[in-house]
Amino acid sequence: MSVHVCLFAIFVLLSGCPAGIWAARRPGGSALIYSVCAAVAAVMAGTALGVLVRPGETAGAVLPMGVPWLQAHFEIDALSAFFLLVINLGALAASIYGMGTGRSEPEAGRILPFYPLFLAGINLVLLAADAFTFLLSWESMSLASWALVMAHHRQSETQRAGFVYIVMAAFGTLALLLAFGLLAGTGGNYAFSQLRQAGPDAGLGVVVLLLVLIGAGSKAGLAPLHVWLPLAHPAAPSHVSALMSGVMTKVAIYALLRILLDLLGGVQWWWGALLITLGALTAVMGVLYALMETDLKRLLAYSTVENVGFIFIGIGLGMAFQANGMNAAAALAYSAALFHVLNHSWIKSLLFLGAGAVLHATHERRLDALGGLIRRMPYTAFCFLVGSAAIASLPPLNAFASEWLTLQAILLSPDLPQWLLRFLVPAVGALMVLAAALAGAVFVKAFGIAFLGRPRSAEAEAAQETNRHAGAAMTMLVVLCVLAGIFIGPVLHVIQPAVAAIVERPALPGFGIADIAFVAPTGVGGGSYSGFFVFLFVAMSAWGAALAIHRGASRATRRSPAWDCGFALNHPAFQYGAGSMAQPLRRIFGTVVFRATETVEMPPPGSVEPARYCTTQRDPAWDLIFTPVAGVVAAIADRIDGLQFLSIRRYLAMMFAGLVALLILVALWR
Amino acid sequence: MLVGLLLQGLQMALVLALAPLLVGWVRKVKARLTRRRGASVLQPYRDIFRLLHKEAVLADNASWLFRVAPYLVFAAIWVAAALVPTYATSLAFSEAADLIVIVALLGSARFFLALAALDAGTSFGGIGASREMMIAALAEPAMIMLVFSLALVAGTTSLSAVAEHMLTGDVGLRVTLGLALIGLVIVAVAENGRIPVDNPATHLELTMVHEAMVLEYSGRHLAMIELAAAVKLVLYVSLLGTLFAPWGIAQFGAGPQALAIGIGAWVGKLAVAGLLLGLFETSIAKMRVFRVGEFLGAALLLGLLGTLLLFVSRNL
Repeated sequence: MSVHVCLFAIFVLLSGCPAGIWAARRPGGSALIYSVCAAVAAVMAGTALGVLVRPGETAGAVLPMGVPWLQAHFEIDALSAFFLLVINLGALAASIYGMGTGRSEPEAGRILPFYPLFLAGINLVLLAADAFTFLLSWESMSLASWALVMAHHRQSETQRAGFVYIVMAAFGTLALLLAFGLLAGTGGNYAFSQLRQAGPDAGLGVVVLLLVLIGAGSKAGLAPLHVWLPLAHPAAPSHVSALMSGVMTKVAIYALLRILLDLLGGVQWWWGALLITLGALTAVMGVLYALMETDLKRLLAYSTVENVGFIFIGIGLGMAFQANGMNAAAALAYSAALFHVLNHSWIKSLLFLGAGAVLHATHERRLDALGGLIRRMPYTAFCFLVGSAAIASLPPLNAFASEWLTLQAILLSPDLPQWLLRFLVPAVGALMVLAAALAGAVFVKAFGIAFLGRPRSAEAEAAQETNRHAGAAMTMLVVLCVLAGIFIGPVLHVIQPAVAAIVERPALPGFGIADIAFVAPTGVGGGSYSGFFVFLFVAMSAWGAALAIHRGASRATRRSPAWDCGFALNHPAFQYGAGSMAQPLRRIFGTVVFRATETVEMPPPGSVEPARYCTTQRDPAWDLIFTPVAGVVAAIADRIDGLQFLSIRRYLAMMFAGLVALLILVALWR
Repeated sequence: MLVGLLLQGLQMALVLALAPLLVGWVRKVKARLTRRRGASVLQPYRDIFRLLHKEAVLADNASWLFRVAPYLVFAAIWVAAALVPTYATSLAFSEAADLIVIVALLGSARFFLALAALDAGTSFGGIGASREMMIAALAEPAMIMLVFSLALVAGTTSLSAVAEHMLTGDVGLRVTLGLALIGLVIVAVAENGRIPVDNPATHLELTMVHEAMVLEYSGRHLAMIELAAAVKLVLYVSLLGTLFAPWGIAQFGAGPQALAIGIGAWVGKLAVAGLLLGLFETSIAKMRVFRVGEFLGAALLLGLLGTLLLFVSRNL
């Protein structure tokens, strides 16, 4: 039943694609399309929640479409239901936001047809139960999002982003295609139920693992395949950025879990070692990029890279535990990873919507052109502040809870038998907490420079509060983030069926629907945390202190110019900017990893030229991997170019030689 | 339950009441060591009282965040301090938060203070916020790694349980505990803005960090921040005492006599720690801001080394 509801909802979304072409030319058309998308997302989220709360039944459907010998299979199990829930709540918020800003969008005709298609593609990936449907949905998700990235295609930055994105997306899909080919073997059975039983041998399993890491990892933003992400995510319209960063990266996580843990199976401990290493590097690299970034939306995209790293650490720990039969610890690690999937999806959607509101109000993404928005856009500022505090993993908000659970899982890992893991896990833990602490610095910078201080440009000076649809979308996400941080037990309870789909587990203590107060995953005497009580405790202390002081002491207040140690020059340019905020940490970390340099150009004495201060940094992923690879590809292309200008005799000879070579190959294969 | 709540309330009151005294004591020690008479040890109380009754001057473009932040900072630090066993373990709220949460609560306080520093839009606020976040970005992971090594020794991250484990006596002398002690002292010095990382007595200097952040604050807001800083010092001293000198702490279900001994021992530990801090601060010079990275990097590596050793063998 539930799968039919979802398929009908997706049909509605798909019909929204041609309707979008029609709607783009009409006033009120965009509001119609976005409200339909919002309604569909709400229905899907409700259905998914229903499946999670009443687990047990896996509903499937087979439609007579697609390849002749293979029909299109669809299925909802607990894992896909969890991701459907996460994704459609994000999609709901983005669609509500779209209702507000869609009206003033100059390129509506380039967005409206593709937006429902993108949502349909994302949802179909989660419902697909055969390789063909999966890849088709995956590719339509990629192409629809590419079209959305290219919406403002006249900006040269967008063109570059679109090019890099389409190359990476095609490359990733190719890797997944090959992975499914290996999984299916020579039998040609592409339904997931048959793939599960087939199971390739160990050697091919390694290749499948690597291919999936490339395919799903490039979509999720795993370093060093993350390079497209900070280009493409910010280039899209903001609610699409929210979808790409908050939602589409989670679809990639789903693909990874589905293929590796469900279809391939037979987890090895070194898979875990590989994933936590990649995850830790991704987290630290992502946050360091974010630290040095001066563009608000690019900063958020890099922070997505960091959080994907956290999720990979959780999954990798789970794999390491699972391979060693420590199922309770594995369940804890997977719970932490899935909880972070949910948290990051909501927080990042919230932050991108907030950035979108700022962009809409000021037409500026550069942090150094913003400032003082807390006075001009107070509600947006409040929402962005909650998002910033949440993503900096501050208690009692939600991302802290998932980070805390991951740290508890790390503390269980000395019991792992493999020496490599024992050396690796503490180092990964250190890198993870380093990344989390740096995220605090990143978001002090992001919020502090954009919303606090004095306006650094005329646009920021003239900013207006955002519309009520955007406000409603952000409010929804703020409420979700706060509730998920305070009531951890019920959220973990909803996640548990999805965890149970990955690993056989004993019931974890403190993960019940009624366990509102405490989470104590390692049992009595272990560490415990209560978001509810910490929240209550801090709120009461702050309120009590404020009340006591206002009643008993002074409440007199006076306004005066800022003192600033008597520094008389009062120009906004004297404030710290995004670059100067990051300077101490850039000096510590950036000089090694990014070869960051600072140069000061002083004008000669007597000159009235301004002095200039320049910073440069290089991206090691581009320098070491992508630029050389692109060079090799270009060189090969140059060589092959000669083949275009041969005579017909030569072409025939080459075809003949090719045929002979293939026949010899077939003869040898037998 | 009621007893637990009473003990918890008493601890919160005691922490708050003694915090300015510790600050006054450290100042007195430092004054005597530099052959000055110094102010009375009660001077911080007078300062806070005076600030509380003055009007607060706000910068023209300070937002609501600037006014809310002092209370949030104070509450987060006070709650964190309430969770550290000072004179008794198993307080009513100790289950609500373990060591990682305490570290994170201090992180929350710092986050809001740094934002408040940026709010007025002044260059000193910016310099303070940016440097504070640099120090935090190194001190916080170092602290968590130290927490890891302590948690691995005790088998839990719950601070009450760690303290009781340290009291049992079968912990013994361990390499990892030694590493953790050095690391924790480094982190405590940095987090409290003491010499050699920052100078709490300085003003109008380009090297200041914490003082630069709170430069725009006045009146009751400044009082809250000063009080929060004092509570934070008590917190770190109590934490060091609980972990590395747990003697005298009353255990679960102890009678009034044990509690009195616990309070006496705690006050004694604060006095000794204040003396040592004063000695340390007068005998060392402040370091350049950009050398703080190396200083705190040492703490981070000590924590990592301790954790690695414990991953190799639980007995190290």
